[in-house]
Amino acid sequence: MAESYTLRLRRYDPESGEPAYWSEYEVEQDPERSVLQGILDARDQEDGSIAIRCSCRAAICGSCGVRINGTSALACNTQLGDAQAKAGVGKPIVVEPMGNMPVLKDLIVDMDAVHWKKIQRVVPWLLPEGDPPEREYIVPAEAMIDVTQSMACIQCGACVSACLALEVDPEFVGPAALAKAYRFVGDPRDGQHEERLRDLAEDPHGIYDCTHCFACIEVCPKDVAPMDQIMRLRRRATADYDIKDKNNGYGHEHAFVNIIERYGTLHEAQLLPRSFGDGSLIRGQTEPAAVKQLVESLPTAARGLASGKVSLRKALLHPKLPDQKSVRKIFKEIESKDERLEINMYIIGENADDEEGAMAEGSQES
Amino acid sequence: MPQHDVLVIGAGLAGQRAALSAAEGGASVGIISKVHPVRSHSNAAAGGINAALNPEDSWESHAYDTVKGSDYLGDQDAIEIMCREAPDEVLHLEHLGVTFHRDEEGKLGTRAFGGASAARTYYVADITGQALLHVLYEQLMKLDAVDRYEEWFTTALVTNDSGRIAGAVTRNVRDGSFELFKAKAVILATGGNGQIFNPTTNALVCTGDGIAMAYHAGAPLMDMEMVQYHPTTLAGIGLLITEGARGEGAHLYNAEGERFMEKYAPNKMELASRDVVSRAEQTEINEGRGFPDGTVALDITVVGAKRIHESLREIVNVGRDFAGTDITREPIHIKPGNHYVMGGIKTDINGQTGVPGLYAAGECACVSVHGGNRLGANSLLDTLIFGRRSGAHAAEQARGAGMPTPAGSELERERSLIAEITSRDRTGRRISEINREMGTVMDADVSVFREESRLRNALEVVKRLQEEAKTVSVDDKGSIFNQDVLSALELRFMLDNAECIVMGALERKESRGAQYRTDYPERDDDEWLKHINLTADGEDVPAVSYSEVTMTQWEPEERKY
Repeated sequence: MAESYTLRLRRYDPESGEPAYWSEYEVEQDPERSVLQGILDARDQEDGSIAIRCSCRAAICGSCGVRINGTSALACNTQLGDAQAKAGVGKPIVVEPMGNMPVLKDLIVDMDAVHWKKIQRVVPWLLPEGDPPEREYIVPAEAMIDVTQSMACIQCGACVSACLALEVDPEFVGPAALAKAYRFVGDPRDGQHEERLRDLAEDPHGIYDCTHCFACIEVCPKDVAPMDQIMRLRRRATADYDIKDKNNGYGHEHAFVNIIERYGTLHEAQLLPRSFGDGSLIRGQTEPAAVKQLVESLPTAARGLASGKVSLRKALLHPKLPDQKSVRKIFKEIESKDERLEINMYIIGENADDEEGAMAEGSQES
Repeated sequence: MPQHDVLVIGAGLAGQRAALSAAEGGASVGIISKVHPVRSHSNAAAGGINAALNPEDSWESHAYDTVKGSDYLGDQDAIEIMCREAPDEVLHLEHLGVTFHRDEEGKLGTRAFGGASAARTYYVADITGQALLHVLYEQLMKLDAVDRYEEWFTTALVTNDSGRIAGAVTRNVRDGSFELFKAKAVILATGGNGQIFNPTTNALVCTGDGIAMAYHAGAPLMDMEMVQYHPTTLAGIGLLITEGARGEGAHLYNAEGERFMEKYAPNKMELASRDVVSRAEQTEINEGRGFPDGTVALDITVVGAKRIHESLREIVNVGRDFAGTDITREPIHIKPGNHYVMGGIKTDINGQTGVPGLYAAGECACVSVHGGNRLGANSLLDTLIFGRRSGAHAAEQARGAGMPTPAGSELERERSLIAEITSRDRTGRRISEINREMGTVMDADVSVFREESRLRNALEVVKRLQEEAKTVSVDDKGSIFNQDVLSALELRFMLDNAECIVMGALERKESRGAQYRTDYPERDDDEWLKHINLTADGEDVPAVSYSEVTMTQWEPEERKY
């Protein structure tokens, strides 16, 4: 049954010389219909000058990325009822252009200047080794299903809009482009896996620039889970090719894992020193970069001591967990496997029954 | 003034494939699209692409299925070419990087599809069109040889003194500036016209621009009455539930719980041709065995949750987001809905239209490989095969040819048309009102079942709307992203398409493929085994003429599934 909604749209007319402003529109629609439909109703009935890119209405063309009540989303697959619930009773549904990209008019942003430039950055085409076979490439079925998750990206820009790392480092290659990169790194037909990974690991704005905030996973309308793809790129870079990066993410990861294996919880005073020299406390100390970072972090440590967050005793003598043996057992169990197991939520679905979940765990990378 | 040997208009699969093959042929190429290429409606082709690639399968079998599916209106020379070239095209795309589904041995795997005598549909989950489109765009990003004009709206084609194509007039959507693009050859790949129906599975961009522009440039249109209603679309909004669902084993039930396809197609059941399944559903609904919302039920749960998530992922989302239905656990309500136009700009097997130098490929074209009814998973194939052939042929023709000189002053004319529209007083009807009236009458009177009086009514409405469209007013007077004024142009394109569809449907006094006339319920091969051509040189309505259907090895038979 139709209900009344107030849409509060961020408007901007670049030809007027005026700054951006807000306009409100009342529309009557079923709560199941989309925010896009509401905007189109406003445009059809009231003001034909409202500008928004849109085409398929079914979340497959990726045109209508916007921010609804502050969250990046496709307008076509956000229901009016849900958007209203999020806005709160009696409040308007607020629709703004996407973030991290310049606004051209109303809800339209310049994706070329940001999104597509970054896509181009990751060499977004297959680079097979040698001539193609006479028939198809023979590759594992699981590998094709696995990269289909990143293939499902519709380049809508919602993740780019939501990315917190991009907000502080506009040079960050970003979630969409890195997911695109995984589409090739995870594709057994591509012959440049190592080169691609090295390139993206050594770029200070590459895979180690991601801050692990999950924002891209939350907003992605296609379950591409860009951050997961970035983490897979990191795992492959370190585990398969021993690639060390400028940000020292490789050493940091090793130190983290080694400390947990030894103590069960994080020994913060050792994390930084061990992050150099592949996680070895002894080897790392002579590296100039290590000394520099240690010196730089002294004020932080001092503040921690002053505020009582850490005591000298706790910092230096970090206790092991009482059942540290069980932690060790987990490590042993994982290390005894030859293959890297990855649960692909894309294939099994989030609500799949346990039985099916167990089946789908077989989807693995080797 | 930009100029290219080959100018491609439209950047979906047919357009991108044409641009790539023209570039391979050594031509300088420009590709224009009113939206960014990856926003094109080829994205929506979910289920897959047909090719007789298995050693047990044969192109003849694929061709025969296609001929039969077309209700013998397809041109058999063109169908033979398409089916013969299909395997190499699929392999080519696989080599470019399309992540086609693999079987247990790591080879390309197939799924079953409607109207086919073998499982020969290759696929990427249910995002096949999207996967193909994005991989072709990867190639465009890789190639410097193709100039891309993204978000440029083409308003008219331009010819020289002798009626040869000379280019096109295009408006840059981002700043409102106009350009006359000169070209030795122009390839239209502008897609279908589903937006003239409401509801439709088609995207908002599918407004038949290229079909209308070619028609006004003098190219004949063919078999425009052949409009496909897809058997499984959501009521109200018209979104598509892929045929892949039935390919994977889903069943259709009426409200009485009967698996009704037993009555209509006892052998192929749910996998009969689309026209057959749509008529069956509509009959059930019309005779009172549908649900109160005018639908029947599609039960996908029989496919199994894991397989659904693996290969029908997209419609899990569509069901959840747009129908509130978890298709892994319950049936979803569907009905026949506007989906595809088999008719279009008449071309030969190389994409050449009736205007020298003008080509057409993909849904806007009518080669004709689909005849009266297109088989599922043959449209992606059509776009790629005839996109490639058009691009190659156009590049070949352009080699050594001079750049034609545009005869008229189309650039000025189009520029003033826009100025005139934006300066109109707000007295005319709103674009959206006319749009809705057109969509409603087309869906009511020109859909699964048709008859003379209702078609006459539709024609009358369309003629009136054509007049009203000349005085619509727009709210946006600006230059930058003025989508308002562009929709006024799209409205006129759509009404020209609508008129031709109704004319064709009135003209063809028989039932064949998607055209079912309740007043002429039989197929009439003696009188109507022929194409209907429409040209713009008629008075008031399109002029009608006929052309032969090309037969090679398949004589018309009774069509049973």
